[in-house]
Amino acid sequence: MEREYEKVATPKKSRGAGAQSKPGRALSLIVIIMVALVGGMFISGTFTPRLGIDLAGGTSITLEAKNEPGKPNAINKTNMDTAADIINRRVNGMGVSEAEVQTQGNNNIIVNIPRGTNEKQAREQVGTTAQLYFRPVLTVAAGAPTGDSSASPSPSASSSGKATDKATDGSSEKATDTSSATPSATATSQGRAVTDALKADSSPSASASASDKADDKASPSASASADPATTALQKKFTELDCTDKAARTNVNEGAKPTDTIVACGKNSADQWEKYILGPSEVNGKDVKKSQAVINQQSGQWVVNMEFTGSGSKKFASTTSKLKDQQSPMNQFAIVLDGDVVSAPSVSSTLSSNAEISGSFTQQSAQDLANVLSYGALPLTFHEQSVTSVTAALGGEQLHAGLIAGAIGLALVIIYLVVYYRGLSLVALASLLASGILTYTLMTLLGPAIGFALNLPAVCGAIVAIGITADSFIVFFERIRDEIREGRSVRPAVERAWPRARRTILVSDFVSFLAAAVLYIVTVGKVQGFAFTLGLTTLLDVVVVFLFTKPLMTILARRKFFASGHKWSGLDPKRLGVQPPLRRSRRATGPAAGPVDPKEA
Amino acid sequence: MSKLGSLGAKLYRGEVGYDFIGKRKIWYGVSILITITAIVGLVVRGLNMGIEFEGGAVFTTPKTTVSAAKAEEYAEKASGHDAIVQELGTGGLRIQIAGIDTGKSDQIKEELSQDLDISADKINADLVGPSWGETIANKAWQGLAIFMVLVVIYLAIAFEWRMAIAALIALVHDITITVGIYALVGFEVTPGTVIGLLTILGYSLYDTVVVFDSLKEQTKGIEKQTRWTYSDIANRSINSTLVRSINTTVVALLPVAGLLFIGGGFLGAGMLNDISLSLFVGLAAGAYSSIFIATPLVADLKEREPKMKALKKRVLAKRAAAAAQADGPATEGFQAEVPQQDDPEDAAPAGAGPRNQPARNRGRGRPSGKRR
Repeated sequence: MEREYEKVATPKKSRGAGAQSKPGRALSLIVIIMVALVGGMFISGTFTPRLGIDLAGGTSITLEAKNEPGKPNAINKTNMDTAADIINRRVNGMGVSEAEVQTQGNNNIIVNIPRGTNEKQAREQVGTTAQLYFRPVLTVAAGAPTGDSSASPSPSASSSGKATDKATDGSSEKATDTSSATPSATATSQGRAVTDALKADSSPSASASASDKADDKASPSASASADPATTALQKKFTELDCTDKAARTNVNEGAKPTDTIVACGKNSADQWEKYILGPSEVNGKDVKKSQAVINQQSGQWVVNMEFTGSGSKKFASTTSKLKDQQSPMNQFAIVLDGDVVSAPSVSSTLSSNAEISGSFTQQSAQDLANVLSYGALPLTFHEQSVTSVTAALGGEQLHAGLIAGAIGLALVIIYLVVYYRGLSLVALASLLASGILTYTLMTLLGPAIGFALNLPAVCGAIVAIGITADSFIVFFERIRDEIREGRSVRPAVERAWPRARRTILVSDFVSFLAAAVLYIVTVGKVQGFAFTLGLTTLLDVVVVFLFTKPLMTILARRKFFASGHKWSGLDPKRLGVQPPLRRSRRATGPAAGPVDPKEA
Repeated sequence: MSKLGSLGAKLYRGEVGYDFIGKRKIWYGVSILITITAIVGLVVRGLNMGIEFEGGAVFTTPKTTVSAAKAEEYAEKASGHDAIVQELGTGGLRIQIAGIDTGKSDQIKEELSQDLDISADKINADLVGPSWGETIANKAWQGLAIFMVLVVIYLAIAFEWRMAIAALIALVHDITITVGIYALVGFEVTPGTVIGLLTILGYSLYDTVVVFDSLKEQTKGIEKQTRWTYSDIANRSINSTLVRSINTTVVALLPVAGLLFIGGGFLGAGMLNDISLSLFVGLAAGAYSSIFIATPLVADLKEREPKMKALKKRVLAKRAAAAAQADGPATEGFQAEVPQQDDPEDAAPAGAGPRNQPARNRGRGRPSGKRR
């Protein structure tokens, strides 16, 4: 807010510094801006603004909440409403894309996205549950039999799995459960042995099976005390084939955050690895905000997460425990919807920030950051149907609106011409400039940030024309007031400007304040409205400063206006400047009484 | 037009003018009356909330040859509510109707199946939740509250707290009237309506600020002179910017009027009616309130200030003296001064002062003007 304050405050102080002196420059600047914007339209190949779903139709995605084992009552109204709310924020990230989200029946959510949206991306955004957990890594193993086809797990794969499993299970349980940070010597050595073996295992196949065997022998001592649950987990881990999509998704079904789980993830070499992971210590609720950034060192896109206060504490205690561990137990895995997105190792205590690296493109990093920012869905959904829908309002509404708007505009033009005569040329040119800027910007914002125009926004834009015209009217009336004071046209324009400028800035600031507050605080359609309002308010200021005023300055030098031609709209006679007799009287006491306070 | 131009000049010089401040009680009365009507309408009839806010029923039909427009007609006839009809990719229709519960939905389903010639069990009926859920509404309220606080602070700093309060009252006045009209006309409240209301909120303040800006400028150094009271100057300020106000209002209202009367009326576009009605009423109310409500309110508040009271006393004394000088017998003027607290004072100087004695004042007033 304070920034905007200054914006209004400063021009007041620096009176006279504006565009007066070199009107040509300001004019050419705005012409360049317009040409650039129009050029942008040609480059991007979009010539019409993207229309909202009410005007253009779009795609309707029906999501169905999945019943999860262990959570029989999860599908209730509260959770459905929360889910709809989160999905709404995800698809309306900037609040301008005009997507609609509503619940249907007991367990469906309908997402309507306007035509022209990136459908695939939108579907990923709405469907992602985004359950995010930070889990300590207990064991890592190659996710698939090396060199083998993915479909059927080969004997060597299962043997390797078993070996690791048993070996590390004992050690890892000890390490995390006791949280003493000093695992027993045997456990560590075994763990290291296993990992080393597995590391070797991941590339050459022949030697790998040999080393597996060696570990196998070593393991029984460690796994002797394993309880049934652990055994089941080992079995799961052993059988898990990460290259099989179904296996990946099913392996964690029903797992609770406090369970030790098995999971899959791709390493930096894009190969599957499987993990045994300890109970979650930090989760997605501890993330305050998230954004996609380029890592300075690697030059890769990563997703940066900032934790909340309590999240920072939890994360610090987790990382301080992990940093002294041996590999792989000094790693924590970032698990998103059951998949290990990345498993960085910890060398020092971290607190407020965490970074997810992986093979991200800019788009996928931004998508993930967006999803993480708005939190996890309380339920898991799957797509029930995807179908196109036509515009709810139909083309005739838009047509009617445009025709009516055109008639209204024509009336405005007639009014301006009749009332302001020559001056109306300035007004019309300014309106035209403002129209071009608004249209091109809205068109370009379509592909850029998903900006979509719905019918209310079209109406709002029409009202905005009125508000823009108001700035000219304030200015013109000031000029005429100055002429009524007996000034000739050129000084009148220059004297009128500082005052008109102040009025325009103060009143536009109020509009902009409304837009800024509503945009920051609200969500959904109100946010979209705030965006449009802010945009048109800014354009109003830009047009008046860079177009109307310089144009007026230039025209005031022309004979037609300077001499106060009767069609110029600045004719002193028509403006009721006092006849000579009276003017001579004013010479002794020039400004009339009523002006007194104004002169102050 | 030249008449209008010279009228503008006369307004500017204060030779003619309407006594907005003096007659403020009439306009306060008018506004209170309209506002009460609006509130009564709101309480008695309530707002007719659309499906976006309340949810309702959705009917999905298999492939049909009936057009969306026709189906909308059927649905509205069957339910008595506004319906939203969309064609689906499958060739079927999705019909959404607001304010329907399960029992009524079955009945509508029967009627629809007859109208659309599709057997009832092929139409899938379900209840839908609002797409404009509570979160959106709550956030919107929150945003509004923050904005109001900030704008009052801003106006209090940029102008003064009296203007901030007056602007806020004018704003509430405009919104109440617009919402009341909705209740009375019975149009369904859609997101479009809300957007319209928010537009008005911005416009109403904008308009008020423009008028206040001129008021602030004109009342600068008011204490250094003894010819006009605050109310006089406020009145002149309104009059001198009246041309601007009229022009602005005409320019803003013409396109909206086009949408409302031509778009909604002749071309029969339903949704346009919703939006443009709220815009039209709100813009008109906004223009009206900035002149007839906001500025007089500021004058009222201002006249309570001790400084302004003292000024008023001085001005009246001076006027009485001038009158005494001109008319001879001084007693009349002094008698009149004492009870002059409320009405007569405002009416007299604002009407008589600038209008009847411009020439005399002009000669005399100048030196004081130069000093400032």
